[in-house]
Amino acid sequence: MNESFALNMRQAGNALRAVYVRELAAYFLTPLAYVFIAIFLIALGSFTFQIGRFFDTNQADLAPFFLFHPWLYLVFLPAIAMRLWADEARGGTLELLLTLPAPTWSLVLGKFLAAWTVAAAALLLTTPIWMSVNWLGAPDNAAIFLTYVISFLMAGSYLAIACALSAAAQSQVIAFVLSVAVGFLFTAAGLPVVTSGLSSAFGPGLAEAMASFSLITHFEAAQRGVLEMRALVFYLGFIAVWLALNAIWVSARKGG
Amino acid sequence: MQALKVDALSKSFGPRQVVRNVSFSVATGETVAFLGPNGAGKSTTLRMIAGFLEPDSGDALINGVSILSDRTKAQLALGYLAEGAPLYFDLSVRDFLGFLARTHGLNRAAAKDAIARVAEDAAITDVISRPIETLSKGYRRRVALAGSIVHDPPVLILDEPTDGLDPNQKIAMRALIARMAKQKAILISTHQLDEVEAMCTRAVLIDRGDIKADGAPADIASRTPSGKLEDAFHALTQPEKVA
Repeated sequence: MNESFALNMRQAGNALRAVYVRELAAYFLTPLAYVFIAIFLIALGSFTFQIGRFFDTNQADLAPFFLFHPWLYLVFLPAIAMRLWADEARGGTLELLLTLPAPTWSLVLGKFLAAWTVAAAALLLTTPIWMSVNWLGAPDNAAIFLTYVISFLMAGSYLAIACALSAAAQSQVIAFVLSVAVGFLFTAAGLPVVTSGLSSAFGPGLAEAMASFSLITHFEAAQRGVLEMRALVFYLGFIAVWLALNAIWVSARKGG
Repeated sequence: MQALKVDALSKSFGPRQVVRNVSFSVATGETVAFLGPNGAGKSTTLRMIAGFLEPDSGDALINGVSILSDRTKAQLALGYLAEGAPLYFDLSVRDFLGFLARTHGLNRAAAKDAIARVAEDAAITDVISRPIETLSKGYRRRVALAGSIVHDPPVLILDEPTDGLDPNQKIAMRALIARMAKQKAILISTHQLDEVEAMCTRAVLIDRGDIKADGAPADIASRTPSGKLEDAFHALTQPEKVA
């Protein structure tokens, strides 16, 4: 039993690495990652400087910049994750992948981590804005760093939704639409207009419960420079749940 | 020892039973044809053996290891060429083989040696750096076959490996399979009877999920007055009907 477990874990590691490298190559050896990153940076810059009026706030912080992260993740991240499993099913390579000597979860994790790496690269390329703020004034760098970390975890959460729905959907387009819709629900649940509406209709208990499941609730706390353990647990737990669903939906596909 | 032992596999899709209590085995050095008309249950059986489909009942032992209770270990001993020879078209041949070598636990040096070996065996060294999407169908099949043997498995399952190939490509593919035949247990799904007579030591004939015959191709052929395998195939099976 122990020998079998050790073999499974070793093979899981081998497959995870191989799938991660293969998916990363699929992103970076084609225009996909570059186009995604370029459009993401242009959109984020436009929102930050035009709508967020970054310079008009006269404050040395990145609040106008971080404000738009959830909304851009909501649209952009499903675009890079929608192909991950839907493409395997369409191209007939799902059978190749799922008959490899490795547990399904290792394949799921390998694909997810590759997409998360692309998101991390995009996020990393926004750091010149952070440098600019340091040049213009004296921001709270610890708070900004913390917000970057939580933003990265939030990106992982949106990606986990999209990866899972890519396995559940029949095509990339359906996976994208479903991911945006589900992601929107987990974003909007924390908006003041939604929480106040729920509060007046069903009472504050339900409104608070709904808001606690929102991806932006914990992000806003981080922007205030507060590191909450429950935020880390929430995002990591959220990712784990959606990756588990991803593995279940992949296994359901092979079940025939 | 039987390198592959299929034990009472059954599978239904909804109310329709596609495979019914199928049992057979393949020993090392044997090349066994898994014969049957379209819709007979060949691919479903192979997918259950390879661990892609869960059987309703029964099991498959690969090198003595159950695909159900120790899937990873069983799959390490198996080379599987799925129907249609699925490939990652965006990868080069070398990268595709490298991907499969790494997922089977080969380190960098071992993977390099294995890729060189299977590229030589499958006669694809001249296209090793080319993207798979630029290759002809014949080359793609050989790349897929090379991928299924990159970890040098003792058991090889090939689902219609020559389907859609031209006569020259078929000859090359058959020669490659024949070269591997002595060291491995090979199960080939096909409905091309000339292939069975040319390559296989035994044939298992399946129709509508049931095994109809299991024996040497000549013995199965001798069941008909003409002594032809084609006539035996026709006598033992029925044309596919819409379910």
